Order: sequence, then structure tokens, then C-alpha cells
Amino acid sequence: MARIEAEVGKPKGGFMKWIDDRFPFTSTMKYHATEYYASKNFNFWYVFGVLAMVVLVIQLVTGIFLTMNYKPSADEAFASVEYIMRDVEWGWLIRYMHSTGASFFFIVVYLHMFRAMLYGSYKKPRELIWIIGMLIFFVLMAEAFAGYLLPWGQMSYWGAQVIISLFGAIPGIGDAIVEFIRGDYSISDITLNRFFALHVIALPLALIGLVFVHIVALHEVGSNNPDGIEIKEHKGPDGVPLDGVAFHPYHTSKDLVAIIIFLMVFSSVVFFAPEMGGYFLEHANFEPANLRATPEHIAPVWYFTPFYAILRAVPDKLWGFILFGLSVLLPAALPWLDRSRVKSIRYRGWMYRTALALFVVSFLGLGWLGTQPADGAYVIAARIFSVVYFAFFLLMPYYTAVDKTRPVPDRVVYHG
Amino acid sequence: MSDEDMDRIDRNRRHFLTVATAVTGLAGAGLVAIPFLSSLKPSARAQALGAPVEVPIDSLAPGEMVRVLWRGKLVFILRRTDDMLSRLGENDSNLRDPNSDVAEQQPDYCANETRSVRPAYLVVEGACTHLGCAPLEDFELRPADNWNGGFFCPCHGSKFDLAGRVFKGVPAPTNLRIPPYRFVRDDLILIGQDTGAA
Repeated sequence: MARIEAEVGKPKGGFMKWIDDRFPFTSTMKYHATEYYASKNFNFWYVFGVLAMVVLVIQLVTGIFLTMNYKPSADEAFASVEYIMRDVEWGWLIRYMHSTGASFFFIVVYLHMFRAMLYGSYKKPRELIWIIGMLIFFVLMAEAFAGYLLPWGQMSYWGAQVIISLFGAIPGIGDAIVEFIRGDYSISDITLNRFFALHVIALPLALIGLVFVHIVALHEVGSNNPDGIEIKEHKGPDGVPLDGVAFHPYHTSKDLVAIIIFLMVFSSVVFFAPEMGGYFLEHANFEPANLRATPEHIAPVWYFTPFYAILRAVPDKLWGFILFGLSVLLPAALPWLDRSRVKSIRYRGWMYRTALALFVVSFLGLGWLGTQPADGAYVIAARIFSVVYFAFFLLMPYYTAVDKTRPVPDRVVYHG
Repeated sequence: MSDEDMDRIDRNRRHFLTVATAVTGLAGAGLVAIPFLSSLKPSARAQALGAPVEVPIDSLAPGEMVRVLWRGKLVFILRRTDDMLSRLGENDSNLRDPNSDVAEQQPDYCANETRSVRPAYLVVEGACTHLGCAPLEDFELRPADNWNGGFFCPCHGSKFDLAGRVFKGVPAPTNLRIPPYRFVRDDLILIGQDTGAA
């Protein structure tokens, strides 16, 4: 026994030693995987970070292969996408994986963010992880928006027209900014070309960089858990948190199950419902961009509709832009809006629980309304939900401060 | 380094050098950014393609409209009937800017009652001033709704009259923009150039 322990503790020789003398491979693996201790009571909400990484890889790989056949020019873009769909071997699969991946990216990221709201993962000392995460979300939105222009369909064109025109609402310099974004007097070949550059180079680079920083920050502070307690406060004699288990192999094997289930759902959509009834791929986008006519009914892809519904609910251009921008930016302030002494919803009172439930209802409600025409009753409903959405954030310093919380245990507990 | 050496370090000089280096570096980075940012502006070719377009209007009957592209932007040319023109004033109280007071939305020579060079012809950009969708024409008379015909934006419900003037209570903030244009001949309009006067 003693001999084995001595053997394990002995510095390695051979190839790994050669590497480790030149690059911190073994120590990095230990720091980030085999000796990174995360709470043992993770539940299913804790798989979405890993799943977001999986989708990122899917998008990067399929994106690279799509780039090999896609032509970023107004004359050829639409036809080149059809070419990929019909003439390139397995092109349809690669393209459907990419388009489905975009929607799944947002599903996974929204659930990942919701997990943070459930268990207070954005609270001290993890504010910076949350801020970096919000930056990832903003870049992801820009990435999705730029990518949506590339097929040069009716929705690509008019959706971009609407969103870029938003910046025209800025007093004084609005028109100049719009022209600067488009690089032309209207959305044109030039705009398409630069959106292509942003979509395949600039934004993915930013995304990968931010994801790296997000994980480095997480591993410095340590993961939160469903009880919202700091497992580092109770360590064993070996310095390992008593409630922690090594990320690898314990959490990775659990994550593998999640990845397999995810891929089953993902494949089902790719193979059987890639358009998802017009929600993942909008019907109007099967028609090439027509500069002379806006589609009768124009709506962004589902993942932008909650914010879009807020924009439409405001009967004024500038205020619509301001509230739209605020609705996207406000979640970044959560670490400072939330004044509760406890992190996890398990130990919060009825006020936060009610507020969070209302927030979910308003977010989903706005999301649905954003896909519908902006007529009478829909607009009124969107206004009500918008008020609830903003109230959740702006009243948070009050209701989280007065909310009755329950005592938080020292160590993690299991429920049911 | 001994303590004596430490004492001899002129911290003020170090601080000056640090700040001077940082400021010079930032100024250099700022200057280098200029060509990169300028490359994003409309290029010489884009500007050339934005040249004026000629539109023959000899076959345009009263009440008819054509859609043309100028600088990639949609432009409507509507030949208004006498009836349309006579009803233009009726809705003034429901309009946000009935007298075309917002100067950027039309050339000076179109800041008149009909927002046009020749009253019969409305030349207007087909881009809703809210978020740029192309409005649809709806020339039907519906007196019950105070609707004498005009344009309706399918995106967010903005409404404009037959001079492209925006109604109150819709998201579009201003009247539809009138591009610079002139009549080259009675049957030929040049959009994008007015040589100063109409």
C-alpha cells in the first residue's frame, strides 16, 4: 500500500514529463477537471452549461462546412443555400444541423440563465461570471442576427431592415449609424458581405474567447449549487470541499447522459421538423429577398420575439428602441438588483417565488405575442407583460430585501 | 538592487514616461483605427451605384402607382387623381405633421400642401419611417374610419395619407421621406437629383 502511494506521488517520467516541463498539461487538467470540485447535489438544471458547449461545437463544425459552399453575395447567396440543400452531398443535413443548432443554442442558453435565477448563481462572489455570461448572450444575439441575413431570403432581408433601422431612432446620429452598419444606402450586397465576415470570423472568435473567460472565472470561484451555499467553507483535512466531487469523472459522466439525451432530441428535430412549423426556419425565407415588398407578416425568429414584442408594444419609435434595449440589458444588473441574503430559491420567501413565476409567464407570453400580428388585444397584452417584465427587475431591490427567507443549512441537503 | 539604488529611482520621471508612452500608444491606435472604420462607409462603387435613376411616367394612368429602386431603396411614384388631391386636406387634424415641418423629410420645394413638385405626382420613399418596412398602398375610401386612402405599414401598423403624411397614434414618428427629384420632361422623372431647384 505504502509502495503504491509512493508510486502515485512520484514525479512522472517519460513523455508526460517531457510535455509538463514545457507546458502545464497535467496541472491544467487537474485544476479544471480531475481536481475541480463541484457540489455533489447538482440537479438537471446543471447540464445546460455543458450542453451550450456542445451546441457551440456543432455550430462551429457545421458552420465551417457550410462556408465551403456558401457564396456571400446578393446575387448568389440564396441560390448557394439551395445548392447546399439539393446538390451538395449531405449538404441538407449540415445546413439543418446549423439552423436547428441556432435555435437550440438559445433554448439551452435561456435555460442556463434561468438556472442562475433559480439558485442565485449570479450573486456574490459570482457577479463577474454572470456579466461575462451576459456578454456571451449579447454576442450570441449578434451572431444569430448576422447569420440570419446570409440566406438572403425575404425574412433575412426585411428582418435585417427592421433591426438595423432600430438604430435610426437614436437622435441626431441615428441615420449616420444606420448607414455605417449597412455600408450602403440600403441593405445590399455590401451589407451581406460584412455580415458574413462578422458571422464567420469576428463574432465566433469573440464568443470562444468569452466562453474561455467565463469558465476560467467559474473555476476560480467554484460552481454554485441548488442550495446556494459555498461548499468551500467546509473542507476535509485533504483540503477538498466535503460536499464536492471531482468534475471528472463524476460530473462528466453525468453530463454524458445529458449530452446523449440532448442529441436524441436535437436529431429528432433535424430529421423530422427542421422548420419547426415556421419557428426555426420561417416560411417567408424560402422566397428570395424582394426589395419591393415586405412580407405581409413579419416576425423575428422565436428567440428574439420577447424583446421584439416589447419594442412593438411601445407606440413611439425612440421609446420603443430604449425599452427594447433596456429589456435586453437589464438582466446584466441582476447581481446588484437582488438584495436577498440567500441565493437559492429553496430558502427564499413567497415574494421572489411569485416574482420569478410572473417573470417566466411574461417572458413566454411576450415570446408568443412577438410571433403574432400587432393588433388590438395582442398589443394590450404585450403592454401588460412588458410592465411585468420590467417590474420584475426594477422592483427587485425592494421585494428581495423584505422577502422572508428561511435559514440556509451549512451543508448541502437532498430533497425527496 | 540595494536600498540606495531604490532611493535613486526618480518616480516622477517613471510616471511621466509611463503616461507619455500610454498616451502616444493610444493616439497611434486611434489613428490606425481610422482606415479600418472608414472602410466600413459606403464605398466609391456604392456611391456611384447610388446615382440618380430616370423613370418614364408616360404610361402611368391617374390612380396608378409604380415602384422603382433608387440606391437600393424603394420609391413609390403615384399619379394622384383630382379626387384624391381634393381630399388631402380633410384629415389634417389627424396628422402628426400636416404642414411638413420636419425639414429632413422632404426637399424644400416639396414642403407644400401636396408634398410634391407637380401636385398630381407623389414621389415618395417606400420605407416606413418607423423601422423601414415597405408600406402597402390602400387607396380605398372608408369615410367611417376617416380613411381617404393612403399607405399602411404591415409591420407595425403605421398609417400615412396620400401625401405620405403620418397619422397620429402610430409608431412611425415622421412623414414618409420625399427623395430629391425633378421632371426632366413632362413624361420623365429623375430621382436622386434636383440640381438645386425643381
